[in-house]
Amino acid sequence: MSEPISALNGATYTQGIAEISALDPIGMISIRGDLAAGYLKKPLKKIAGVDIPAMRGINMIGGKGIAWMSPDELLLICPYADVAANLEVLHKSIGSNHALAVNVSDARAVFRLKGAHIREVLAKLAPVDTSPDAFAPGMIRRTRLAQVPAAFWMVDGDTAELVCFRSVAQYVFDLLKTAAQPGSEVKYHSH
Amino acid sequence: MSTRIATGGRLLNKSNAVNFSFNGKQLRGYEGDTLASALLANDQMLVGRSFKYHRPRGIVAAGPEEPNALMNLGRGGQFEPNQRATTTELFDGLEAASQNHWPSLEFDVGAINKHLSRFLPAGFYYKMFIHPRPFWKHVYEPIIRHSAGLGKAPKEKDADSYEHFHAFCDVLVIGGGVAGLEAARTAALAGAKVILLEQTAHWGGRAPVDGGTVEGASVASHIDALVSALSGMENVHMRTRVMGAGVYDHGYVLGYESLKDHAPAAQGPRHRLWRIRAGHIITATGAIERPLSFAGNDIPGVMLAAAARDYLVNFGVSVGDRTVVVTNNDDAYRTAIALVEAGLTVPAILDARVLPEDSALMARAKALGIRVMMGHAVSSVKGGKRVTAVTVCSQAGEGAVLETIECDAVAMSGGWSPVVHLWSHCGGKLVWDTNLATFRPDVNHPPIGVDGLGFVTAAGAAAGFFGLDDILHDAHAAADGVVTTLGFKLPVDAVSPNADRQEESPLAPVWMMPHGANVKLREKTWLDYQNDVKVSDVRLAAQEGFVSVEHTKRYTTLGMATDQGKLSNINGLATLAGALDADIPTVGTTTFRPPYHPISMGAIGGEARGDVFQPLRRTPMHAWHEANGAEWEPVGHWRRPYSYSRPGETTHDAVMREVTNTRTNMGLLDASTLGKIIVKGPDAGKFLNMLYTNMMSTLKPGKCRYGLMCSENGFLIDDGVVARIDDDTFLCHTTTGGADRIHQHMEEWLQTEWWDWNVYVANVTEQYAQIAVVGPNARKCLEKLGGMDVSKDALGFMEWVDGELGGFKCRIYRISFSGELSYEIAVDAGVGQAFWDALMVAGHDLGVMPYGTECLHILRAEKGFIMIGDETDGTVIPQDLGLNWAISKKKEDYLGKRAQERSHMVDPTRWKLVGLETTDGSTLPDGAYAVGEGVNENNQRNMIGRVTSTYHSPTLGKGIAMGLVLNGPDRMGEVLEFPGTDGKTYNAKIVDPVFYDKEGEKQNV
Amino acid sequence: MLILTCPNCGITAEETEFHAGGEAHLTRFGPGASDDDFEQYLFMRDNPKGVHFERWRHVYGCGKWFHAARDTMTLEIFGTYTAQTSTVPQNIIDKITDRRPDWQPPETA
Repeated sequence: MSEPISALNGATYTQGIAEISALDPIGMISIRGDLAAGYLKKPLKKIAGVDIPAMRGINMIGGKGIAWMSPDELLLICPYADVAANLEVLHKSIGSNHALAVNVSDARAVFRLKGAHIREVLAKLAPVDTSPDAFAPGMIRRTRLAQVPAAFWMVDGDTAELVCFRSVAQYVFDLLKTAAQPGSEVKYHSH
Repeated sequence: MSTRIATGGRLLNKSNAVNFSFNGKQLRGYEGDTLASALLANDQMLVGRSFKYHRPRGIVAAGPEEPNALMNLGRGGQFEPNQRATTTELFDGLEAASQNHWPSLEFDVGAINKHLSRFLPAGFYYKMFIHPRPFWKHVYEPIIRHSAGLGKAPKEKDADSYEHFHAFCDVLVIGGGVAGLEAARTAALAGAKVILLEQTAHWGGRAPVDGGTVEGASVASHIDALVSALSGMENVHMRTRVMGAGVYDHGYVLGYESLKDHAPAAQGPRHRLWRIRAGHIITATGAIERPLSFAGNDIPGVMLAAAARDYLVNFGVSVGDRTVVVTNNDDAYRTAIALVEAGLTVPAILDARVLPEDSALMARAKALGIRVMMGHAVSSVKGGKRVTAVTVCSQAGEGAVLETIECDAVAMSGGWSPVVHLWSHCGGKLVWDTNLATFRPDVNHPPIGVDGLGFVTAAGAAAGFFGLDDILHDAHAAADGVVTTLGFKLPVDAVSPNADRQEESPLAPVWMMPHGANVKLREKTWLDYQNDVKVSDVRLAAQEGFVSVEHTKRYTTLGMATDQGKLSNINGLATLAGALDADIPTVGTTTFRPPYHPISMGAIGGEARGDVFQPLRRTPMHAWHEANGAEWEPVGHWRRPYSYSRPGETTHDAVMREVTNTRTNMGLLDASTLGKIIVKGPDAGKFLNMLYTNMMSTLKPGKCRYGLMCSENGFLIDDGVVARIDDDTFLCHTTTGGADRIHQHMEEWLQTEWWDWNVYVANVTEQYAQIAVVGPNARKCLEKLGGMDVSKDALGFMEWVDGELGGFKCRIYRISFSGELSYEIAVDAGVGQAFWDALMVAGHDLGVMPYGTECLHILRAEKGFIMIGDETDGTVIPQDLGLNWAISKKKEDYLGKRAQERSHMVDPTRWKLVGLETTDGSTLPDGAYAVGEGVNENNQRNMIGRVTSTYHSPTLGKGIAMGLVLNGPDRMGEVLEFPGTDGKTYNAKIVDPVFYDKEGEKQNV
Repeated sequence: MLILTCPNCGITAEETEFHAGGEAHLTRFGPGASDDDFEQYLFMRDNPKGVHFERWRHVYGCGKWFHAARDTMTLEIFGTYTAQTSTVPQNIIDKITDRRPDWQPPETA
């Protein structure tokens, strides 16, 4: 079996006001169900090492984590290679209860944004208040990026990660490059 | 003449001279100049021609209200027409050209129109060009098109880039004059998050020009201190060169930032459109001076009094050696005083008022030796391309000339109008202020926000306060009120600064000068300089019955030019009110619409151009298709290969080859775009029974079933194959265009109607690369890859199985949309390309070729399979397509069932699906209609059917088609007539829609 | 452009994140229903100048449907509540009554 490749296979952009890189495949499992149920909480804690976050939260530790997507939806983030095993753990725990866990790793593209101006780069494309007092590490925002759905979160003060559908990875990469073009600092969130 | 003088020029950096050109002439200015001030410094008062009469036009204003000084700027990819010289900052290498003249600005042929002006009155377009009818298209319109228009359209693609930026704040202050700065300071001191925008490159507005003291210091130093204090505050973001362009619902504001207009060589975008959401908006947008209506007020050299002062103080430019000041208020005296103090001559101030005593300003002017003529007016201005003199008359009379005063400039002031545009954009109402003779915001009727309360507050001059002290106190109070409603509290020690108070005599409304001006004078009295609308035009419109201000505007074109009536609005309304013998507030005002000042198309589009104009969806094999001759077919935002052309092959040849090869050897289709939706839960079967017309709950795990989906209105919306994964889980395939739509359709019913049903859905369309391996050699190819049993016994028709092929984990569906032996294989998208490559290698000796969507269409049409979007168009029900076998009779309910019981849906005369074959083997035109006997009420031939799909079938060697025909299935063998748009009539026989392998033997091997 | 608060994820966002879905609190009529009832259900919609109950979906956000009570004239939004409600919640009715004393709750609500 061939090694899986991400939509843009590691493309990067470093000439602009933010560094943008397309990440290698990341494991992502979409979970629908009663988020308070023990048959979800327990295996998720075991797999991701973090608790289920509160509304619009994301808990990440060392490449693993859980993002709150809606009142009955979570996104489990894990190493790509662990997806099958993690799905098995989840399915075992869910048993005959009503919940859904499905692999969406290949359906997504993930980008990392780095630099002092990433909050501005995001605010050029998404109708979202990305100022530090409104959007801090630990929060995930599902929204639109120009004309496509996307979700992003701050990893730390100058790092953000963004996930979109795989088919529009090139579009999103081109958008981010445009928004990060040299000389386009807004100096709004950063001075 | 106009020229640079030794003194003044507070905005200039005189150590940096700047070269620019105007109509090819090389000129010099300074850093800090606007194009207008630099032109005036070079004695270039004549800057353009008017729209209708091609009259010479000079600079009138010093800001965005300028109606005349419109320029073509730049060249090539950076060319832009209709740019205002008064708001264009000068830079080295700027190239400007005047507009609307031919052959030259100095000598213009179109100026003959001015001699024809009595034939070109208001509404002349409507009156003159009606007869004879054909003349409009062939004579009038071409001539008008040639002679009309302002700037030239750019010929090259815009070389610059643009962007948007979303910002959020508690209080947005628009306008960085003294009022805006004070409002921002007050709001910020209360702890609100504040954004402060100023459209020019400088803070302070016109206060430094008008002068005064604040707390004992000059207003200029007060501004400096304020700017420096605000820039040190964490909760304040302040920005120059950003115009508040429009105010919209719920506190939404567009700000238009100019980044490179003054520095074209800089990196980055040219404009940035700020999309601001504010808790409250304070419009501190100042006021605009009104012209006076007197004969010859459009002759170059006639200028707003405050503009003349601006050019003097800000740019060290004298607009004339001898300037007559004409006014109805005190403010214009400041201009006269400033001019005289700069050593220039003011032969007279013509003041239309008769006042009992002198105000301080009047006394000061007199003390400087200026001749002040109270109760006097301009009878007319003399001159052609430049003012040479004014004749003086009594304001009260009809214009009898008392004396002539030689001069080369006239500074006029008809009073000031608050800039109420932003207040009004979203529904803020206005009230007529009799003292100021202008409209100002009605504080009792602000624009209404999300909470039902007003969300815009006007402050300072924009609210109708004109004295410096009044402005500061109003701005402070306005901001205090705003932050209080937002829940902030102003510290008790934060108070408004006090300014010196200078009492002024009241203004006297003057709408016509002189009051009894006769028709000859009125015909030379301009209201709208750019569009050539005169007092006489508005009066004519009133006479002809245009009593509504909105109608008069459109009839006369008053205020319809690129300045949107910033100067002409109030004077025009007053003239109309006068002609109608009505009050101005009764006549009302035209609607103020955004943007306040024209903004670039590029800024509106933002990043959405070129590669990112719209999203393009790509499958995992997109790059391979591109490298292998794919011609693209857009399907939604996807690009799918239409066909793969080989060198020397036409598209048609390629399609024919692909069809034949797939039927004889094998073909590969990238089917990744087809929707794949997981439906899981104890109620999944029940849910799918409601969604599909057929029974899905009885499907056995491991099996597949074709299903139809209808809207609640009964019409077909999608189709596809459903696979049952296990007791609780189904995978629903949708059409390419249906994936997102059907996923949302499912979510909608689950969330809003059947929320107590235990079902979850997940759209996994993009998780998989799906490849259809189709043709007689398909099985051999998969067996070559090896890893699992794909024989008929192990994997029968309409079954699916999970396994591993050639080392790829996959799911194989034995389904066929071609009638051939066919496997649709899903692998993880990340290995999609690798799997495709493996199939191409394995199929090499088996005659493998990729095929595109057109081949897919022909293959399915040969089999009589319907296609959503071809056989359906939103008005077709499954019963029309002979799909009754796919509609469950047992189910009590499904979406669309009740609708399909309506009388029109069970009408036996609904057109039904049939096959069509031309009698000569040619291909029917797509969408052609079959005509029957007789004509309808419009005398058109009655139609009895239409073509829904039509192709040349290489398999059968002739044209085949499907269509919907009246009583079609009962008319087998009948020949119908299809008139084509090419003038030919096609004859086609009604046949069974299944053209190929009627028994379905080939797909079931 | 409106701002709306999604009651499902708590986000206040601009209208471009949402999709409007028409009148709320409709009763579905299926097989067996009279032509009149079916017509009412499928086609007939209130179009009031004033208070309106309507459906929205947070399409670019959490993907959930919700209901909004909105004044079609002033665009004031009295409140939003989840789509899994057959009748208008009392707190929304109270808010509207507070703001529009003359308003009468619709019979179906």
